[in-house]
Amino acid sequence: MLAETMTVVYERPETLLPVVSHYCPGCSHGIIHRLVAEVIDELGVREQTIGVASVGCSVFSYNYLDYDFAQAPHGRAPAMATGIKRYRPNHVVFTYQGDGDLASIGAAEIIHAAARGENITVIFVNNAVFGMTGGQMAPTTLPHMKTTSSPQGRDVATMGFPIRVSEMLATLDGPAYIVRRAVSDPATINRTKKAIRTAFQAQLHGLGFSMVEILAACPINWDMQPEDALQHIKNAMIPYYPLGDYKVIDAVKALA
Amino acid sequence: MNRELWEGNQAIAEAAVRGGLEAYFGYPITPQTELLEYLSKRMPELGRAFVQAESELAAINMVYGAATAGARTMTSSSSPGVSLMQEGLSYIAGSEVPCVIVDMMRGGPGLGNISPGQADYNQLVRGGGHGDYHSLVLAPSTIQEAVTLTYNAFDLAEKYRGIVVIAADGNIGQMMEPVVMPPMRQIGHADRGWELSGAAGRPRRIISSIGLDPEVMERINARLQARYREIEANEVRFAERQTEDADLLVVAFGSAARIAQTAIREARARGIRVGLFRPITLWPFPYQRLAELAQRIPRLLVVEMNAGQMLNDVRLAVGPQAVVSFYGRTGGQVPMPEEILAQIGGMAPTPSTNGARAIALL
Ligand SMILES: Cc1ncc(C[n+]2csc(CCOP(=O)(O)OP(=O)(O)O)c2C)c(N)n1
Ligand code: SF4
Repeated sequence: MLAETMTVVYERPETLLPVVSHYCPGCSHGIIHRLVAEVIDELGVREQTIGVASVGCSVFSYNYLDYDFAQAPHGRAPAMATGIKRYRPNHVVFTYQGDGDLASIGAAEIIHAAARGENITVIFVNNAVFGMTGGQMAPTTLPHMKTTSSPQGRDVATMGFPIRVSEMLATLDGPAYIVRRAVSDPATINRTKKAIRTAFQAQLHGLGFSMVEILAACPINWDMQPEDALQHIKNAMIPYYPLGDYKVIDAVKALA
Repeated sequence: MNRELWEGNQAIAEAAVRGGLEAYFGYPITPQTELLEYLSKRMPELGRAFVQAESELAAINMVYGAATAGARTMTSSSSPGVSLMQEGLSYIAGSEVPCVIVDMMRGGPGLGNISPGQADYNQLVRGGGHGDYHSLVLAPSTIQEAVTLTYNAFDLAEKYRGIVVIAADGNIGQMMEPVVMPPMRQIGHADRGWELSGAAGRPRRIISSIGLDPEVMERINARLQARYREIEANEVRFAERQTEDADLLVVAFGSAARIAQTAIREARARGIRVGLFRPITLWPFPYQRLAELAQRIPRLLVVEMNAGQMLNDVRLAVGPQAVVSFYGRTGGQVPMPEEILAQIGGMAPTPSTNGARAIALL
């Protein structure tokens, strides 16, 4: 009796593999992987998708996402994705990069991929630290924030200022779609998913470079409980990195 | 067959196109730039991929990406640019994808100059980037040879799923010679079984150079090493001239070998019996053949446009019994035939320079 009245309200996306996660408790990478998988499933493009994993905690994103995958040297994912996309222009090519990878060592590659209007999608996970290597300062680390390589807090006088990547890339003519989102509660997660969907749709329509920056939690390296880390996104990250649409060309607006 | 006059860089570019080049990525640097410029027109004309990258670092990673996707792909550069590519080359070797690299070597170290050099030898033949790997390194001494080697380089790269380097220098890149161009090959291929093409009707594929577990990583290394042994067994190439009656053997590669040949002709005219041994594969190095020759001709003169890099491989090949002398010019200086002739004269007929090592100090 009971079984007949049950409906599925939540299930694993088909292209998210049923494996044990290696991410820390409360890490945002898992949520973001799921959103990518949901979008690829809904767009029905699994069989034409090629992912490029970067160096960072998400180096093993291909253990979870069931697509053809290459794994790039630290920071070079946009260049690799360029090589793949130029040879296979009808495939869906995306990179999945952390903020150390994208904004520090890979700053040149992301700027030029964006400037060329390379028709790829970038999932940019900004957790304000180098997660994988143990929580060192990243270019995105907030002023005064303590990390293992800025133990007194980031002193902007000697360590420089955080980089607002979305705002910076939005000044270029190449990109079609650049937005910043967060994954701090169900509402922001839903909006993030919509943005990821739009980004992939932009690519499918050949509209050019698309990037979704996602403010994400790294509770381990922030030295916080998972719930507090989500609060920290709202209270500390979003004020410095405002959520919003930084570049949406008309052709992308027309997709909605 | 039509012989046409070609500039070296452009000839190599056209040979790559005819050999099936589908995606090229590069960054300008003298003395290689004409290669990139030529392809910036030729590739789009044929509907093939061309990108002028933001750096050699990006160029090699675009090559890496295209290679994972199954493209016949190539980049070209000169010494400083090739240094910048070493990270990508190590990853490419580690993840076992094929590609072709052209290095038009110039004078170094540092920014050096734009004159021809051969001082990237160690970097190219020993691996260059981190980890245990090798590239198959081919050293042409004429433009025709550069064309033939480039044309066939993609097949070699794909056969061994690795890197093939065309190691030339500014002389080869920028001079003009008559060339017979090979015919245009069809592009396109059946699925190679490993390339990333979207997991349609098959399990997905992953191309990565990571092996967190040392046991796994050691197995990957063992596979690479086995392939390198195979390359050593199959691909050693060299050229010999007038070695039959020689009592002195000059060993040189690339354009240094051409200059040495002129000196040898002059030496023979003076009654000194000199032969030339020219490695075409710098890796794998023709150790065995050189060892055989040195049994018969135990006096050798190594000539390079560097401070003595191949010299070490020659010494390894011939062992301590042979007398090995060296003459090198560095910093973009090209040895003159007369200088080499003087060295030959100093060694023959009786060895007066016992293992002398001369580098022009100017
Ligand atoms: C060339 C190079 N330099 C340094 C490293 C070490 N390294 C690995 S991951 C990483 C930082 C990754 O941080 P981020 O991109 O923010 O990703 P997260 O781990 O936070 O998800 C660094 C510096 C490396 N692998 N390669
Ligand atoms: S270190 Fe941070 S980014 Fe890495 S898995 Fe743990 S929580 Fe996630």
